Amino acid sequence: MQEIKELSREDLAKDRWEKQILQPVLKRGERKASFQTVSLEEISRLYSPCDISDLDFEHDIAFPGQFPYTRGIHPTGYRGKLWTMRQFAGFGTPEETNARFKYLLKEGQTGLSVAYDLPALMGYDADSPLAEGEVGKCGVAVSSLADMESLFDGIPLEAVTVSQTINAPASVFLAMYLVVAEKQGADWKKLSGTLQNDILKEYIAQKEWIYPIRSAMKLVIDTFEFCTSDVPRYNPISVSGYHIREAGATALQELAFTLRDGIEYVEWGVRAGLDVDQFVPRMSFFFNAHNDFFEEIAKYRAARRLWARVMRDRFDAQNERTLKLRFHTQTAGVSLTVQQPLNNIARVAIQALAGVLGGTQSLHTDAYDEALALPTDSAALIALRTQQIIAEETGVANTVDPLGGSYFVEALTERMEEGALDYFERIDAMGGMVEAVEKAFPQREIQESAYQYQKALERGDQTIVGVNKYEMEDEPQEVPILVIDESVHKHQVERLEQTRARRDNGAVRKALDHLRLAAKKGDNTMPATIEAVRAYASLGEICSALRDVYGIYEEPAI
Amino acid sequence: MDQSSRKIRVLVAKPGLDGHDRGAKVIARALRDAGMEVIYTGLRQTPEMIAAAALQEDVDAVGVSILSGAHNTLCPRIVSLLRDQGMNDCLVILGGIVPQEDIAKLKEQGIAEIFLPGTSTQQIIEFLRRNVKGRD
Repeated sequence: MQEIKELSREDLAKDRWEKQILQPVLKRGERKASFQTVSLEEISRLYSPCDISDLDFEHDIAFPGQFPYTRGIHPTGYRGKLWTMRQFAGFGTPEETNARFKYLLKEGQTGLSVAYDLPALMGYDADSPLAEGEVGKCGVAVSSLADMESLFDGIPLEAVTVSQTINAPASVFLAMYLVVAEKQGADWKKLSGTLQNDILKEYIAQKEWIYPIRSAMKLVIDTFEFCTSDVPRYNPISVSGYHIREAGATALQELAFTLRDGIEYVEWGVRAGLDVDQFVPRMSFFFNAHNDFFEEIAKYRAARRLWARVMRDRFDAQNERTLKLRFHTQTAGVSLTVQQPLNNIARVAIQALAGVLGGTQSLHTDAYDEALALPTDSAALIALRTQQIIAEETGVANTVDPLGGSYFVEALTERMEEGALDYFERIDAMGGMVEAVEKAFPQREIQESAYQYQKALERGDQTIVGVNKYEMEDEPQEVPILVIDESVHKHQVERLEQTRARRDNGAVRKALDHLRLAAKKGDNTMPATIEAVRAYASLGEICSALRDVYGIYEEPAI
Repeated sequence: MDQSSRKIRVLVAKPGLDGHDRGAKVIARALRDAGMEVIYTGLRQTPEMIAAAALQEDVDAVGVSILSGAHNTLCPRIVSLLRDQGMNDCLVILGGIVPQEDIAKLKEQGIAEIFLPGTSTQQIIEFLRRNVKGRD
């Protein structure tokens, strides 16, 4: 039986428009048979009140700072305070990165974000055979507290907020950060900053794991517990869609998997006895800003609405701060091209604008040379200037949520929300996100999307300027690149040797025994990790003590 | 099946510590869809493990994917290990973020071709069909 719906005035008006005005023009055809987003989602010719007739303003959109926060978490938007300009940086030795940090702060950057190298991300010291060729390449090399002391030398951690991109060994880096802060005389209770610490997306997308998934989740919960009691203003997690997207997910998959990861952390926290209204306000999120402008904006708006509803309905949150999703945005590294690299400046500006119109709390703009190597000083500066131009020249920060009420943006926001709820249902049916990851469900979904996108690109259905359209035989633009030479490796190995020679090795052994014992007994591992860090145990030694207890993760064949 | 009609066999390999396997997996699937036999090593394989797998699987080509900047250390070692075990015709191709300055040197060290971001899977398929010796 067909449901009979009474046609509204808008429906009738649209009908008339289609017959009288559209049809004669359509005979001439359109540029393409179908118009799709970069996520291969079909977009209609036109959006009108008919597409959002089931939305209720107060219930679904409302005012900024008001449930469900579709229009932002602050009633004054960026009129009160601009987003934090937080450029992700790290390369070579701790001293080199320290100099880059100071340069960025001098040029008006308002927060720091550390990129660690691959050995650090995997919990290996600079002198591990597995670190060969990788030291200082993708980020700054850190193997012990001595390196962290150099990294933050002259940067007051009580005043500057620092975000650390580190996951599998995150608890060790939290401990090192706390000990450096303590040595600077900072009060842990006043310390702010963010630890990425999102291990689920490692198994799903970024693939920098160490331990089996459930032990790794336990470490995450240890940091939640510890921060809730000892470092209450610190964000112990940044639940990240960024890497999920970079691995090939669609915008919807990025949204759905990230928020479902968030739900999983909340469930594990609650099971460990934490109070939702105490720890969830300190959870933050991290999204990608890709090429499709409106799809991205809809994704951020849907994320806020979904999180507010999930926290209220699924977890019975009472604290308003628990309901408010705060997020960082980074422009899409994967969208940058080696070909005609200066074009990337334009891409980054538009992606960053989407982040801003979506209401991001902080933003990283990629440097145009990132498809070639790590950014040079001058490329990093243009990226920062891009944010300053958006903030202070374009006028987009003058009013709150300028796109709210757009038929297109509201309809797309609703579609995102519904799509994410479908994914939540499927993942819940599997038993949760840990189980879904063990079944490789999100991994497979992402892999499929990555392949479909590549095919669309090769068919010419999707365009990348300078790559599959408007290519040039002789590339006109030569750009300088940053080279990390092997002297960094040597320097780091030498410092590690000095550290090992200077420290009290008995104290190190004792601390590592305490850590193994805590891990074995299922106690919180943070106090023993801090003890080991204070004794200058290296990152590799601490992670290997935990490997002794937990074992290592083996990826299932997908 | 005689030698000339044998399918091209390719080992897709991820050495080094980086976990960026999007490209490796897209290419593995595209080569498979093009009728080749593809073995994917999984992440974080040492050059020794890759060379051993290449020998055991008797592949015609090894496609190495590196996005971390460690290519100058890892790629020449893979080539020399393959040659040491007598796999002189086994092609080694590289995909990833490789600066222009490194390309000539890598080719001198026996890397047959380097494919940068933006390469279509079709270009790689054609390269393998043209350059794999005595088969297909």
